Amino acid sequence: MMDKLIFGRYIPGSSLIHRLDPRTKLMGAIFFIIIIFLANNVWTYLTLALFVALAVGLSKIKVSFFINGIKPLIWLILFTVILQILFTSGQTIYFRFGPFILSEEGLINGAFIFMRFVLIIFMSTLLTLTTMPLSLSDAIEYLLRPLAVIKVPVHEIALMLSIALRFVPTLMDETEKIMNAQRARGIDFGEGNLYEQMKSIVPLLIPLFVSSFNRAEELATAMEARGYKGGEGRSKYRQLSWETKDTVTIIAFLGLAVLLLLLKT
Amino acid sequence: MDIRFEEVGFTYQKGTPFESRALYDINLSINDKSYTALVGHTGSGKSTVLQHLNALKKPTEGSVSIGEQVITAATNNKGLKKLRKKVGIVFQFPEAQLFEETIGRDIAFGPKNFGVSEEEAIEKAKALLPQVGLDESFLDRSPFDLSGGQMRRVAIAGVLALEPQVLVLDEPTAGLDPQGRKEIMDMFYDLYKNQGLTIVLVTHQMEDVAQYADHMVILEKGTVTKEGAPRDLFKEADWLESMQLGVPQTVRFAQQLEKRFNWTFDPLPLTTDELAEQIKEKIGDGREAGDRT
Repeated sequence: MMDKLIFGRYIPGSSLIHRLDPRTKLMGAIFFIIIIFLANNVWTYLTLALFVALAVGLSKIKVSFFINGIKPLIWLILFTVILQILFTSGQTIYFRFGPFILSEEGLINGAFIFMRFVLIIFMSTLLTLTTMPLSLSDAIEYLLRPLAVIKVPVHEIALMLSIALRFVPTLMDETEKIMNAQRARGIDFGEGNLYEQMKSIVPLLIPLFVSSFNRAEELATAMEARGYKGGEGRSKYRQLSWETKDTVTIIAFLGLAVLLLLLKT
Repeated sequence: MDIRFEEVGFTYQKGTPFESRALYDINLSINDKSYTALVGHTGSGKSTVLQHLNALKKPTEGSVSIGEQVITAATNNKGLKKLRKKVGIVFQFPEAQLFEETIGRDIAFGPKNFGVSEEEAIEKAKALLPQVGLDESFLDRSPFDLSGGQMRRVAIAGVLALEPQVLVLDEPTAGLDPQGRKEIMDMFYDLYKNQGLTIVLVTHQMEDVAQYADHMVILEKGTVTKEGAPRDLFKEADWLESMQLGVPQTVRFAQQLEKRFNWTFDPLPLTTDELAEQIKEKIGDGREAGDRT
């Protein structure tokens, strides 16, 4: 089960996208998600799709990984798309049943929404597949830094984030171990009716909680023992460096936004 | 119940860039009512082999037969559950599996999954507590109030409650004090000797292998390198040392005596008693021990 969780997983590589500064990739992805709302016709969506295809191509990662990224969300996407299709009224109506309307506009809207979801997921999957989680949290810390002026504990937030990310694999291993132990005691995960399945989660969750709390306590002790005391005056082990290719990437994103503004109706 | 591995291979996350091969070409048999020790240093594939013993993992190549049932990559997951009752696994640090409100209910969890009624399962739990060295007063206490060693015992009782025919132990005494260690190991030995259980012990403790096991399997880099009686395998002390496995202290001691006094120990002494006996013999018939050849 754990093998299939591809979304949010770093795949090592040395492509251009891998080597970009994490800040560039993070800002780019956020910017992309904002400007995707400018798109409202076939041309704009086509431009966006080409842009994403180019980025995916540059990353040298197999497309199947991106498609796997969509799988966990497919029901949410279909649900939204179907709602959109059934409740959009328009001028060309094909079919009407009670409150449900099937119109040309609805179908087009549905297709656009579907595209929007897929493009956003591809872009954010690209971000997480090509960026190490720790670099990502460095980037977040850097970008949030201005907020420190209004007393936002930026360093602590970044630390929490890195710790959380750091322990994802550990927790997955732990989950796997506990699942095995409980399966050996006769539990079938993912079988039986909904109630049985929910009940089978309890013997998994409680041990996980217990061990997470223990681990948190141990980590806190270990950090204190090594004299950790927050962000003030603390230098960084991993240095971020901004290069020409990052500037070029940002310009490409701005160019994309301009193109969208020109093409949108 | 026999367990047999035929040309077993296992690859984690097959078909992804994270693919990694854990086992290849494993042939081994665990005979009914035997006490098999599975040794090998970290990363040799012990844990993966262990999960094949009750079909928690299915081989990606070859086949594993557990009693009557043959498991291959194509075997359906349904119907594997009954194997879990026949082969009980005590995982490393099994205390991590505790979750119920009371110790009694936690021990009863396994049997209940196999259709035993609540009352009967609790009765079983009550009967098992003394066996793992706890008394009945523990029945209604929370497992989370116990010491690490006591939690271990409760977790082991939880597996014994399934009444398996084969008991698989993954370093069951790691982190226990010497006294607790001996108690637990003796308890397992008693199950093997007197109740006819088949035991598979995964361990780094060569002393335990020497003292309890009648069969030994050595894993290295995902495959079986040697298999046989501990007494035979421990003769190759240098080879074992080179595998970072070592030999029991008695064997090491005997070998030093052999070098020093030109003695030969036959059979190789595996326990301190055997060693003492043989030394007594040698010193007994000639005070000038050094002269013997």
